[in-house]
Amino acid sequence: MTPQGEVLLAVNGLKTYFNTDDGVVKSVDGVTFHINKGETLAVVGESGSGKSVTSLSIMRLIPMPPGQIVDGEILFTGKDGVQKNIVKLSEAEMRKIRGNDISMIFQEPMTSLNPVYTVGDQIAEAVMLHQGKNKKEAMGVAADMLRFVGIPAPEKRVNEYPHQMSGGMRQRVMIAMALSCNPALLIADEPTTALDVTIQAQILDLMRKLQRDIGMSILFITHNLGVVAEMADRVVVMYGGRVVEEGDVVEIFKAPRHPYTMGLLNSIPRPGEHVHVPGQPKGRLEAIPGNVPNPLNLPRGCAFEPRCKFAVEACREAVPPLFDTGNGHMARCIRWQEFEQVQQEVTA
Amino acid sequence: MTTIATVAPGAGQRVVPATGETLLDVQNLEKFFPIRGGLLSRVVGNVKAVNDVSFSIGRGEVVGLVGESGSGKTTAGRAILRLIEPTGGQVLFNGTDITKLSKGQMRDYRREMQIIFQDPFASLNPRMTVADIIGEAMQIHNLNPGKQRIDRIAELLEKVGLRPEHMRRYPHEFSGGQRQRIGIARALAVNPSFIVADEPVSALDVSIQAQVVNLLQDLQEELGLTVLFIAHDLAVVEYICDRIIVMYLGRVMEIAPSRELNNNPKHPYTEALLSAAPVPDPTVKRQRIILEGDIPSPINPPSGCVFRTRCRYAIDDCAKIVPELREVAPGHFKACIRDDIL
Repeated sequence: MTPQGEVLLAVNGLKTYFNTDDGVVKSVDGVTFHINKGETLAVVGESGSGKSVTSLSIMRLIPMPPGQIVDGEILFTGKDGVQKNIVKLSEAEMRKIRGNDISMIFQEPMTSLNPVYTVGDQIAEAVMLHQGKNKKEAMGVAADMLRFVGIPAPEKRVNEYPHQMSGGMRQRVMIAMALSCNPALLIADEPTTALDVTIQAQILDLMRKLQRDIGMSILFITHNLGVVAEMADRVVVMYGGRVVEEGDVVEIFKAPRHPYTMGLLNSIPRPGEHVHVPGQPKGRLEAIPGNVPNPLNLPRGCAFEPRCKFAVEACREAVPPLFDTGNGHMARCIRWQEFEQVQQEVTA
Repeated sequence: MTTIATVAPGAGQRVVPATGETLLDVQNLEKFFPIRGGLLSRVVGNVKAVNDVSFSIGRGEVVGLVGESGSGKTTAGRAILRLIEPTGGQVLFNGTDITKLSKGQMRDYRREMQIIFQDPFASLNPRMTVADIIGEAMQIHNLNPGKQRIDRIAELLEKVGLRPEHMRRYPHEFSGGQRQRIGIARALAVNPSFIVADEPVSALDVSIQAQVVNLLQDLQEELGLTVLFIAHDLAVVEYICDRIIVMYLGRVMEIAPSRELNNNPKHPYTEALLSAAPVPDPTVKRQRIILEGDIPSPINPPSGCVFRTRCRYAIDDCAKIVPELREVAPGHFKACIRDDIL
């Protein structure tokens, strides 16, 4: 199913913990996945799932203390072709990677941009630092980048401040900044969550075009399954600090093998489907009961067990392993084979 | 889609009440926020947040109010309740124009009209217990005095899926979804007939949103509530609403029954909004209408039709004529001068 390309980034057994007054929060507890060159991998999860901490660990932006990468490795092959373990790098070596080999864009563009510098200055900063260009050349690159992300009149816009721009425009500036040094990997942490749907459509369209042109890999972090379906080649679903399912995007949406993924897919209203018909009974969404688990107090067994309608006694005893269900599809559920069987019966 | 079918508990036959009677009639509602400038802080302009908005809601009806940020949907919702004072127009509730009422007269109507807020973290006072939060409105309106009040609070908590013993706790002890349930219980405490739900699920986790949508739907049907459901997400709204109002830059663009709006949008903005929503199905590849540019400033909106600067069907006349909201099919209204499109 998945084209077995060259691996760009491999996260192996990553554990990122936070020491708090109330105890140790195991935000990321043994996460393993990889991203191939040129691929978009979506990491899906709700608050507390560990998706953002995973991406911050890759960038080594975890505040230490209270945070700590306690175990695991993050293997990354940069532009120089040398594979490095990001967990072991010094801060100086890491600084050469950030913004150059791996860049990141965030949910709220206003808080990620510096309000007292022009957007041109902010883009030029990374270009001067990583590419050794002088200020004038770097400002030229900044204007080119703004044109590249579809900002009209870029020569004028480089001299503007973030507050003079709209939310969608600021996110374009963030993308221009992130791409200014031709990174091999772009980490996008909920890049469209704060934007309106019509602006979201613009930004997603832009990201798809840019990826096609540059051939970079994207790690796309989101909770929006519509965005996942549109952007991703492969999907990693996280819950309670662990990967619960991983696979090709079509497999995940058409043949999910973990009850949490199934529940999520059932609980969202789909545009255009189930539209209320006058005079007929209204439809109901199939909700997942209960609450998102408290990371301080995760269940001993499967983290989803308290909310799972398929849970059995064995689910409470130990954390289930990730089962290989074939075609590069993995699921952390001891009953996955039963789901497969039911689906086969239904299709037969 | 999962293949393991289960029946959601409590799912039964639900029939929408056929309503003929109008409960709320909004006529030419207007809310301008003055911009002051200069040495004497004179009014130098206006933010036209809500401009000439008219619609009505039947008793027992659920109507969606949809728009992007800056469309004026939240301002409209609050101006209807007079949580902010409208600067023009009328709001007829049961035939009475409430915009003309004094503060004291308004109090009786406030019991009838309640609101559920978007952010369950900001809308509950952290220093009040759940019992105080839910009981406050009853106290103001002298409802259920003494022991009855505690019983009523317990009953309300059970109605929204919480437990009576939760009433002694504080908001910080609850998750986002639970807090929104408390917000719903507070709104229901005084037995209102009309509720404005202002983006009640947008701040919640995906797996929690469906719970709260279902709860609102159950309560609406059980209590026969009339609801104005404000949202930016058409998918949620078309699911639970009888009719949908689409707003853009302070004005109503289109009003239609949910199914009609979805299958047969008549306004170019509605068409684009429907097209922009990402579909959670990777096998569906559709041609998307991508609107260019941003929503213009409400201080200086475009002349004529406010949407024309982003509209792919705009013609010269669109800059000259402010389109009237007119009925193009039974119950289907649009504010667009062109009938040769869509």
